[in-house]
Amino acid sequence: MDRRKYLKTLAVGTVGAMSATALIESCKPEDKAKEIANAPTIDRTPAELEHYNKLMAEKFFDAHEMATIAVLADIIIPKDEKSGSATEAGVPDFIEFIAKDMPRHQVPLRGGIKWIDIHSMKKFSASFVECNPEQQIQIVDEIAYPEKAKPEVQQGVSFFNLMRDLTATGFFTSKMGIEDLGYMGNKPNQWNGVPQEVLEQYGVKYDQHTLDVCVKFDT
Amino acid sequence: MAKFQIKKNPKQYDAIIVGSGAGGGMSAYVLSQAGIKVLLLEAGPLYDPAKNITQLKWPYESPRRGASTQFRNFGDFDAAYGGWNLDGEPYTHKDGTKFDWFRSRMLGGRTNHWGRISLRFGPKDFKHKSIDGLGDDWPIGYDDIAPYYDKVDQLIGVFGSKENMPDHPDGIFLPPPKPRLHEVFIQDAGKALNIPVIPSRLSILTKPLPNNKDRGSCFFCSQCNRGCQVYGDFSSSSVLVNPALKTGNVDVIANAMVREVLTDNQGKATGVSYVSKDDMQEYEVSAKVVVLAASACESARLLLNSKSSNHQNGLANSSNVVGKYLHDSTGAGMGGIIPKLVGRKRYNEDGVGGLHVYTPWWLDNKKLDFKRGYHIEYYGGMGMPGYGFGFGMQNTNGKYPGRDGKQKAGGGYGASLKDDYRYFYGAYFGMDGRGEAIAREDNYCEIDPNTVDKYGIPVLRFHYKWSDQEVKQAKHMKDTFREIIHKVGGVITWGDDGPENDYGLQAPGRIIHEVGTTRMGDDPKKSVVNKFNQAHDCKNLFVMDGGPFVSQADKNPTWTILALAMRASEYLIDEMKKQNL
Repeated sequence: MDRRKYLKTLAVGTVGAMSATALIESCKPEDKAKEIANAPTIDRTPAELEHYNKLMAEKFFDAHEMATIAVLADIIIPKDEKSGSATEAGVPDFIEFIAKDMPRHQVPLRGGIKWIDIHSMKKFSASFVECNPEQQIQIVDEIAYPEKAKPEVQQGVSFFNLMRDLTATGFFTSKMGIEDLGYMGNKPNQWNGVPQEVLEQYGVKYDQHTLDVCVKFDT
Repeated sequence: MAKFQIKKNPKQYDAIIVGSGAGGGMSAYVLSQAGIKVLLLEAGPLYDPAKNITQLKWPYESPRRGASTQFRNFGDFDAAYGGWNLDGEPYTHKDGTKFDWFRSRMLGGRTNHWGRISLRFGPKDFKHKSIDGLGDDWPIGYDDIAPYYDKVDQLIGVFGSKENMPDHPDGIFLPPPKPRLHEVFIQDAGKALNIPVIPSRLSILTKPLPNNKDRGSCFFCSQCNRGCQVYGDFSSSSVLVNPALKTGNVDVIANAMVREVLTDNQGKATGVSYVSKDDMQEYEVSAKVVVLAASACESARLLLNSKSSNHQNGLANSSNVVGKYLHDSTGAGMGGIIPKLVGRKRYNEDGVGGLHVYTPWWLDNKKLDFKRGYHIEYYGGMGMPGYGFGFGMQNTNGKYPGRDGKQKAGGGYGASLKDDYRYFYGAYFGMDGRGEAIAREDNYCEIDPNTVDKYGIPVLRFHYKWSDQEVKQAKHMKDTFREIIHKVGGVITWGDDGPENDYGLQAPGRIIHEVGTTRMGDDPKKSVVNKFNQAHDCKNLFVMDGGPFVSQADKNPTWTILALAMRASEYLIDEMKKQNL
């Protein structure tokens, strides 16, 4: 196969094993995956599938907690001119899964939601989600800037740091977030080095030895 | 209830190979090409990266976005099953010491997880005792192994550049990829600091491998750790075991956990016994020769568990050296942000799966306060986001002016925060030092007298401590990293460690380069195998993993495991023909 055709075949994902092998018939994990609805699209061992199905059958956060996560996630990553919001990218479901998958996050998240509810009850006589948007922002402003936050809201700062981390990861690993970020890889291509205009932008160049020894492709 | 019985495999093999990683795969390849009937036993399931696919998948195809799990310690997309702890297969520690043991039970073993960094040892690496008085010299030198490095280069493929550095011998190279942007910065910093930064040497096919129609070329997705569907990089399953199977001379039994090596009343190996993880039944199979390639520690465990009246101390252990001289590479890292890279132009910067440049050891230890060197691996750039992306933004976005040129408070939320993730994307970079530790008798693994795994096999107990040598080396690494980061114009964000935590020196085992447990030598009282990886005490028994290393170098061990296994397998064939086994 010529190289261009080869890359094209790869791009549409139809290339199979490049060599016939007796192993093909005996790859049990994949056979098993096909039997399960909504099975992962990535290679899973039987133990991984069992764990996955167990987690998917569980529910960790209740409706109130999920609503709180959704409001916070959209405050952290709102819709803007470039892309949608955290909830539009499915972030609350991602956080629900992570809480089940990484039990170390369970108490900080559940307890953090309680903390923010108690804090807003004291302040506005309503749970966080029941507060109006201005009140919610007032609370978030207290805990969103670690270096400016008052000592008495430190636990809220820790919770918000965790929510910021999980929301950002959930968003920028979603299809929407990856497009927003402008990540351009994960597809067959030929690496020809840093684009010339970028080298010029930073005032650097490849030295002659590098140009002599490195692989070059016709573009 | 069925009566407990051991099933005997009636087929008589020429050779049984235990383990299908770099050493076992190479041995199966070489022996099967010579027409030798081989049984390859693997303790895990079959695996083929063309069928068991995680490559070219998106982060959202993993519900945890690629985070690590107990089932795959290097993340949901990594090819390697397993990790530091396997369910039902414990290991223990002695005297409060620490050693982390990474195991990947699957066809291809741990070649499914590694950076494809493929470095030859240099002449000095075989003779360090003569140079600095520590450890021992190997019974072989660079000239003995060089022809095999050449053959491995040609059989498997490795890219790199001719640099004429005596301690870092050139190979038969495919062309390396051009450096990425941060790697250009690092090269320039290296020139200013007199630190060599040269093209990396990875077993990835940047061009078609001459005379090989079974493997495709690299298509630059940067995901070698996920296994390659076109076999564009090296893993034992796709590059060695597959062609070995095609000869028709190799049978593979997967999920076969070997219990012990069987011997006759003359003390010669007759075969092995194993438990099948599929049916939990006990099996015995016999062969004229047994090759252990189960990994340095697992092979030592097998020998120590193979006791008989002729081998009361464990098989091939009259020297009492099995398990001793265990040593892993040292490791320490540091990373930061390159402020001039914020807000950078987007383009596909994936490249190959790993570093395009590296720093081989460049200093003279005679002028330093520690005896052995290290190399430096670099990473960074506009990689695919995964779990952990954006973590800790509150520590970054308050330290640098934003896109609008204004300094703001760290942390925050909303549209401004959202833009910060875009702005800082691709500006992070880091480096890892990988150094040579001294092989010492009192760093070892042995059989824990009190503990068995779920198959009833006695488990390993580790005793391992770093010495002052390794700590001083880690300090030197950190000093170097600081210099490089500052010269690049970067700011350190992590890894700026000091004496309080031994300069960030990682726990033994973490670098997954452990070797030395069945070391080779000319003296049967001080070594387990001879210079052809053949047991002194049992001539039809060979060890072909990292165990026979007398000393690890400041290089990754895989290429040397492969070259030694090829050399030992050719010797085995000769001896078999001469009926010496």
